[in-house]
Amino acid sequence: MSVEAREARQPWILLSPALTAVALLLFVPLIFIVIYSFWLRTATGADEVGFFLDNWQEALSDAFYRDILLNTLKIAAITTFVCAVMGYPAAYFIARAKGNKVILLLLLMLPFWISYIIRTMSWINILGVSGALNSALIWLGLIDDPIQMLYNETTVILGLVHFLLPFMVLNVFVSLDGIDTNLEDAANSLGATRWQAFLQVTLPLSLPGLAAGGLLCFVLGAGTYITPLVLGGPSDAMFANLVFEAIITQLNWPLGSALSLMLLAVLGALVLIYNRYLGMAQLMKGLG
Amino acid sequence: MREGASIGWNLVRAWTVLVYIFMFLPVAVVVLLSFNASQFGSFPMTGFSFRWFVELAQNDAILRAFRTSVVLGLLTATISTTLGVLASLALVRYRVPGANMISTLLIAPILVPEVVLAVALLLFLNFLQINKSFTLLLLGHVIFTLPFVILVVQARLVSIKRDVEEAAMSLGASPRQTFFQVTLPLMLPAVLAGALFAFTISFDDITGTLFWKPGGVETVPTQIFAMLRNSISPEINALGTVMILMTVGLPLLGLALARKLSTKSGG
Repeated sequence: MSVEAREARQPWILLSPALTAVALLLFVPLIFIVIYSFWLRTATGADEVGFFLDNWQEALSDAFYRDILLNTLKIAAITTFVCAVMGYPAAYFIARAKGNKVILLLLLMLPFWISYIIRTMSWINILGVSGALNSALIWLGLIDDPIQMLYNETTVILGLVHFLLPFMVLNVFVSLDGIDTNLEDAANSLGATRWQAFLQVTLPLSLPGLAAGGLLCFVLGAGTYITPLVLGGPSDAMFANLVFEAIITQLNWPLGSALSLMLLAVLGALVLIYNRYLGMAQLMKGLG
Repeated sequence: MREGASIGWNLVRAWTVLVYIFMFLPVAVVVLLSFNASQFGSFPMTGFSFRWFVELAQNDAILRAFRTSVVLGLLTATISTTLGVLASLALVRYRVPGANMISTLLIAPILVPEVVLAVALLLFLNFLQINKSFTLLLLGHVIFTLPFVILVVQARLVSIKRDVEEAAMSLGASPRQTFFQVTLPLMLPAVLAGALFAFTISFDDITGTLFWKPGGVETVPTQIFAMLRNSISPEINALGTVMILMTVGLPLLGLALARKLSTKSGG
């Protein structure tokens, strides 16, 4: 074999294990559940192979599924908005701080490394009936009996914000940090106030970071089922909870396949729209 | 105007402090309550005690879960880092036709919601007669940690100059010698960072793990989740404290190690 041919083959040899893994453990399984979603789970528990539209009909026309899907998107949207409002100024502060940026950023990234389940359940210590807040209110004499603050939609959103905020801050920081501060100074010297300079120069330039953080918050938030299970009440199920129910509890795998694909279609569409207008590069900057 | 600017800046500063408090308060309370002497694991604190850590160390279910998580994390990190480093080398070091497309394919596992990935993998492998098992759990963890390893390793690899390798080759080293004696030591911080990332993500995962784990097998997060069903016991807070120390301590240790290694090889 010639040297050139060997040189040309080498990268493919290096890539093949990873590409094979992704193909066999992601793409083929995804194609498989597309086929599976047209099968039928019979009363005996066996699958009937064929082309049945029943699962899709149920998933798409049942108001129960539709309402929970809409509610999931609503929760994800509120979470994303709160993350943006809380995270943007913090990222701005870190990016423009005189002191040690790296320490500030590392500090905010620390919770990111702390287990998701621990961070989620930690809110029970704060908001639970015998949690910090109720204990403080009773001690202050403001209430006599503890208030049930947990297990509702607000606490689900709170838990999600706590989980996703670092993603937002990191992405906004990366894009703010890349903006030349001279631009703001130039705007100032041309007569803009600091606020005007921020609104008309810095903010527009940082929108790609905000969008990347927003996409991550939305997609990760809309795909969760653990937070509603830990911090939500019985009526706070999100769409991924339905998938979990269908697959693990009811063992109706064809229906579970259809529901998973519905979730993938909705969230995948968002990722594709994002990719179409902003490209994946921005997202990778924040992750890398 | 100067005054206005500093008021604005102070508001931003105050807001940032509040955000930090929001992020850290619940975690701090977990650590605080894990030392609580009270038997209910809640406020008011009745005294300082290590009893929950002692009980933790004697809880077989938790110890078993801990072992499972560590073994799973180490295997995941090994496999995922091997695959990820090879792929990153190909993408950074060679001109591969369609490199962008390949990169997107390789990071696809994090673009797909984890629940969907979990369902697809579970049902497909079950179809292939691979039931819920440790193998399924491992394959699942490998596939969703792989993109993170590739992103981390690729970012670090870019900064290694080819000149050093070319110098070694021109001095008579074979490609193999060059790789093992020059490239690999230079890459080591990147490899360690990738492995650490994979281990931590695997150790923390619950979303996929709940789908893939066989009955009776628990990892630390699923064990905590199962314990939460009853009520929040002080043991969970103690376990939380241990996990916080691990997940915060390990990356910091890794970071320090990487810095030490890179200054050594750089100097």
